[in-house]
Amino acid sequence: MLIIQELLFVIAFGIAVYLFSRKARQIRRNILLGRDVQLNDEPAARWQNVLLLAFGQKKMFRNPLVAVLHFFVYAGFVIINIEILEIILDGILGRHRLFAPVLGGLYPVLIGCFEILAALVLIGCAIFLVRRNIVKVKRLNQHELDGWPRSDANYILITEIALMLLFLTMNTADQALQQHGHEHYMATGAFWVTGPFVSLFSGLPDGTLVAIERTCWWLHILGILAFLNYLPYSKHLHIILAFPNAYYADLRPKGKMENMPAVQKEVQLMLQPELAADAPAGDIPKFGAKDVPDLTWKNLLDAYSCTECGRCTAACPANITGKKLSPRKIMMDTRDRAEAIGAQIAKTGSFTEDGKTLLRDYITEEELRACTSCNACVQECPVSINPLHIILQLRRHLVMEESSAPQEWNMMFSNIENNMAPWKMSPDDRDKWAVEMNG
Amino acid sequence: MQIKTMAEYAASGETPEILFWVGCAGSFDQRAQKITKAFATILDKVGVRFAILGKEESCTGDPARRAGNEFIFQMMAQNNIAVLNGYEVKKIVTACPHCFNTLRNEYPELGGHYEVIHHTTYLQQLIDEGKIRMKEGGTFKGRKITYHDSCYLGRANDIYEAPRKVLEALDAELVEMKRCRSNGLCCGAGGAQMFKEEEKGTTRINFERGKEAVETGAAVIASNCPFCMTMLTDGVKEQGKEESVQVLDIAELVAQQITQQ
Repeated sequence: MLIIQELLFVIAFGIAVYLFSRKARQIRRNILLGRDVQLNDEPAARWQNVLLLAFGQKKMFRNPLVAVLHFFVYAGFVIINIEILEIILDGILGRHRLFAPVLGGLYPVLIGCFEILAALVLIGCAIFLVRRNIVKVKRLNQHELDGWPRSDANYILITEIALMLLFLTMNTADQALQQHGHEHYMATGAFWVTGPFVSLFSGLPDGTLVAIERTCWWLHILGILAFLNYLPYSKHLHIILAFPNAYYADLRPKGKMENMPAVQKEVQLMLQPELAADAPAGDIPKFGAKDVPDLTWKNLLDAYSCTECGRCTAACPANITGKKLSPRKIMMDTRDRAEAIGAQIAKTGSFTEDGKTLLRDYITEEELRACTSCNACVQECPVSINPLHIILQLRRHLVMEESSAPQEWNMMFSNIENNMAPWKMSPDDRDKWAVEMNG
Repeated sequence: MQIKTMAEYAASGETPEILFWVGCAGSFDQRAQKITKAFATILDKVGVRFAILGKEESCTGDPARRAGNEFIFQMMAQNNIAVLNGYEVKKIVTACPHCFNTLRNEYPELGGHYEVIHHTTYLQQLIDEGKIRMKEGGTFKGRKITYHDSCYLGRANDIYEAPRKVLEALDAELVEMKRCRSNGLCCGAGGAQMFKEEEKGTTRINFERGKEAVETGAAVIASNCPFCMTMLTDGVKEQGKEESVQVLDIAELVAQQITQQ
């Protein structure tokens, strides 16, 4: 009987790991659809970001109450993984509480800590469900979340609550069996959270208790393996990608826009035609971004790291004043488009024009034109996403590839070109104020 | 006062301490010209030897770049860099955070390397060095002033304290808006929005910000950017408070309080 359980576990575990790694490779391939950028300089500063922003969740603490709850869920999830290691080893080796004899008196303390964390995860997730569905916090209930994203968020929270309940129920049944002196369930002492609840179970016969304990054990670990495979299809992928995304975050001042060396060179040749003779004729470059492959791989990593929390959108001046722009939607659209292209590659082996582009089929001009480049979205994002970089690249495409700009912008462009100022003013009047002061 | 251009300094074989980069708004916008004049007056009183580029100055290219027109940006940037490098400019002070950001962060990789300082930081340095002294019991003593963080000085370049220190030196009571420092709400002008109508929405960004600023009960809204100045002035008007609430640049506040040196 035990050997069948071991075998079933190994098969389930193997399938879960195989499926997850296959999907992870697809996501990696989708991210690498983006153009290359070098983001490996200053490793010390980058590791500091990983520690502060990813591990320390520094930006979450801009809202301390939510940050503490989120930290419980995060710490619970990370630390309970140690327990999952024991569960996996138990499953493979057909043992029960493999670490208990090794750790001795420390074991119930450790499990006690896990149980406290499990309870905190449970409470945290329950409050998050209330915030989403009853209190209806604005940023968690905006249009771009209609349909799947809203369900996705609820599924995640409900699953986490279910997993924690299974874990705690399993421990309760286990302790009842220990009290009954069941040979397979070695005595570990009472656990901190579930200990007081054991009396609820102690009246049950051993057979029922073993059934409860085993069912919980199996549902818990199968649930975790299923959840692992749910991640790559879900916004919840941030629990993994937040770490590399913090490492590769832009270290330069937020006000700096990415340079376009191709345009720089072209203008240089225009201003200094004598250099043109030596200049090799290059390919005509594409200006800005129209679709996902025109963006950088970091933009795409950003999109897959987004957990749709909406802190960006809640801080966006355009969104606050009722414009269509939502930085969160920019990220969701980018991911959706990357997934659509990825699906085509998976089917046909390569990406060919499918009549759609990120610009217009996903993100409209109206959204892009509402941006004030104020960097509030970049500042707010707890996982170092930069929606502004995508917006500005799409704007570059609109203006330079399609000459699509509002009339007022076209006037501004020609004023700068002709008068060296964005307004229709004579360059001769530029120092008029000084002439007035000089009297 | 005699404001000299770089060309005039060069002609006399002299070098100024700083180049005052005026910017397009500071040069042409009637309201922003007052800020320019206030800052020039302070520099003159303190005795800083400064120059302007005068007719040789061009738009930094910031609005064109942010609207998506990299060609116009590069044309402006490369011309400006040629002029600045031609005069061997080392240190630039500007009263516009957009010019500041572009000169400081975007010109270096095009070959323009300068020490670039925003005028609020420069004023703070002059106060710290004791070069600017304020009148005793000045106009702003004990009065409520709120400060609007411009996006291009604040989030874009992480400068939050220098302007506030200048305000403290005025002995005013600084009252913060709920959204301040890195949480500051944009005035609505950045990203070339200054030069176009806002997209369709429920309200204007500057109305939202104007309301927030007025609600602090401050008599003065201090700004550090000519575009914020325009936007906030309209925002205050929309609240019907233009009689009781003034929008003033930090340089204007200092210019009112500085003693004759």
